[in-house]
Amino acid sequence: MNKLRKQLELNVQLILEKRPQSSGLMNLFSPLLAIVLTIVVGGLIFAAMGKPPLTALYLYFIDPLTSWWSVEEVLVKAGPLVLIGVGLAVCFKANVWNIGAEGQLTVGALMGAIIPILWGEWQSPFALVAMLCLGALGGALFALIPAWLKTHFGVNEILTSLMLVYIAQLLLDWFVRGPWKDPNGYNFPKSVSFEGWHLLPMWGDGRMHFGLLVSLVAALVLFWIMRHTLKGFEINVVGSAPRAGAFAGFSQTKMVWFCFALSGGLAGLAGLIEVAGPIGQLQPQISPNYGFTAIIVAFLGRLNPLGVIFAGILLAISYIGGEGIQIELGISSKITQMFQGMLLFFILMCDTLILYRLKWISTKPNQSTTGHAS
Amino acid sequence: MSPYEAILLTIITASTPLLLAAIGELVVERSGVLNLGIEGMMVMGAVCGFAAAHVTGSAWLGVIAATFAGIATSLLFGLLTQTLMTNQVATGLAITLLGLGLSGLIGSGFVGLPGVKLANVSIPWLSDLPYVGRLIFGQDPLVYVSIALTAAVAYTLNHTRMGLIIRAVGQNHASAHALGYRVVAVRYACIAFGGATSGLAGAYLSLVYTPQWIENMTAGRGWIALALVVFSTWLPGRLAAGAYLFGGVWILGLYAQGMGVGIPSQLLSSLPYVATILALVIISTNRRLSLINTPASLGQGFVPDR
Repeated sequence: MNKLRKQLELNVQLILEKRPQSSGLMNLFSPLLAIVLTIVVGGLIFAAMGKPPLTALYLYFIDPLTSWWSVEEVLVKAGPLVLIGVGLAVCFKANVWNIGAEGQLTVGALMGAIIPILWGEWQSPFALVAMLCLGALGGALFALIPAWLKTHFGVNEILTSLMLVYIAQLLLDWFVRGPWKDPNGYNFPKSVSFEGWHLLPMWGDGRMHFGLLVSLVAALVLFWIMRHTLKGFEINVVGSAPRAGAFAGFSQTKMVWFCFALSGGLAGLAGLIEVAGPIGQLQPQISPNYGFTAIIVAFLGRLNPLGVIFAGILLAISYIGGEGIQIELGISSKITQMFQGMLLFFILMCDTLILYRLKWISTKPNQSTTGHAS
Repeated sequence: MSPYEAILLTIITASTPLLLAAIGELVVERSGVLNLGIEGMMVMGAVCGFAAAHVTGSAWLGVIAATFAGIATSLLFGLLTQTLMTNQVATGLAITLLGLGLSGLIGSGFVGLPGVKLANVSIPWLSDLPYVGRLIFGQDPLVYVSIALTAAVAYTLNHTRMGLIIRAVGQNHASAHALGYRVVAVRYACIAFGGATSGLAGAYLSLVYTPQWIENMTAGRGWIALALVVFSTWLPGRLAAGAYLFGGVWILGLYAQGMGVGIPSQLLSSLPYVATILALVIISTNRRLSLINTPASLGQGFVPDR
């Protein structure tokens, strides 16, 4: 009996076998599999916490889509996630690791806020255009710091871009508690409220804003660039085969600068849109970690700008669902961050299936030798 | 206690979590693996350590729980990068995000509760020596653990067969495999060691540095530890020096704030992050110094051919 069990255990083993070429089917299927796994494990976690798993999952993933009010809320959250996510998708595609989008978002918001705070009397549509431009410029310039450090000194861009997030947040904190504090604000760490042309045009009952259109257009334009232009081809080549890219005359240095400027600019724009849209002023906290969640959005969207749109909506649901579940079932809203981390985890895991296939192999030793040994 | 003694003591307390987390990552990177998940492993250690200590009332059980939490989190990283061959950079980020979320969820019931502080070592007579007594003989036990670990890692890497194997795996995994070393197993072991020390570093924060649970209490220390490993050019001695230097910068900012220097507190709080960037620039400018010890297989997965 014992011998039989030993044989059963030893005779087959699950291994990864490299596919001759990457699987197109799996490329589409793996994010879906990751979502299913996240939902299943999420249900188990709810059960472990003593909450009804099905109710909790319904509240988390379905309930946000059942009323127009919460659908609007989902779209408002998806806006910045998509805008930052498409920039990061291009970055990661080119094997450039900008993980400081949260900081670029913050600096973009600060730069754009110069106009309503310092030139509050300038009320014209051009003021809004200038704010949008300044926001993108601020994010791009801030993102060029790690790019410059990488290309000039060879410093790892992951560490520098991340360190700059902390610095940017402290900078914002200083501005809203110091020079830019609203003098009539009862000493709260907030800037003056933006008014008139310093706010984005709104639709409907006043939460859907112009920024959502910007996100959609950015995603479509980047999709077109990646698919139909030389630049898109260059990004793909440099990212997947740097040596081939070098032989083709594509400059790695320029690519780093381009990717950081693009993703930083979009993150800065997202930051400005947040403060000139849903928030309407500067405050110490302007983003519930959009810059980091957008990393997950980029990967879940297969680093493809169109995929990023869907991924952004899904991650936005996770924010709204997390809030709902906190109210209905009394579960900490931290569950959102955990779901998001878990999702990225499973995406990476399932992506293995694109390049490899699972295969049971027999590890049974040669019959004659086993007979001899036993 | 004289003021200089007090400052030195706080510098050591600020440096120890950095040193603990970085010494483990140094071993991980020497074996050719880049684990960017330190922040996640550390914060898991911090919350599990705090929870275990709060529930049992024993700080030492907290330390043990934190170590195992760190190991468990690191093995998730190992499973993905070593067995499933995922991208190490992305997986490290996933570990950090997952760790920050999960720790917040576990810790949501522990916010504001009183913690248990790991008691300082006290040796009769020696700890009461003037000037050096507290400094050398009266620290908390984890300070000695961090120093002993650093010495042990330095010795193991340079003078033992095990260290040679780890370095071989990190320099050229194909050759190490051809020589018959089990590359993936060695890397798993190193990753688990890195997880254990990161867990300890987290325990240090929630059981010694500020004995309570605060969300995201690691505050980027995991990332600074990663930078320290680069700064040290993968040498344990230089790593320890770097850790104390950074602890010094951290404390300098806090003291200057306390003394009410006319500098915005935010500027002082950003000092450690600015210093990290500067340190990376200085070390990277010196190509000879930075490349000579860089493990050649760093960040590359290894699929053994069967």
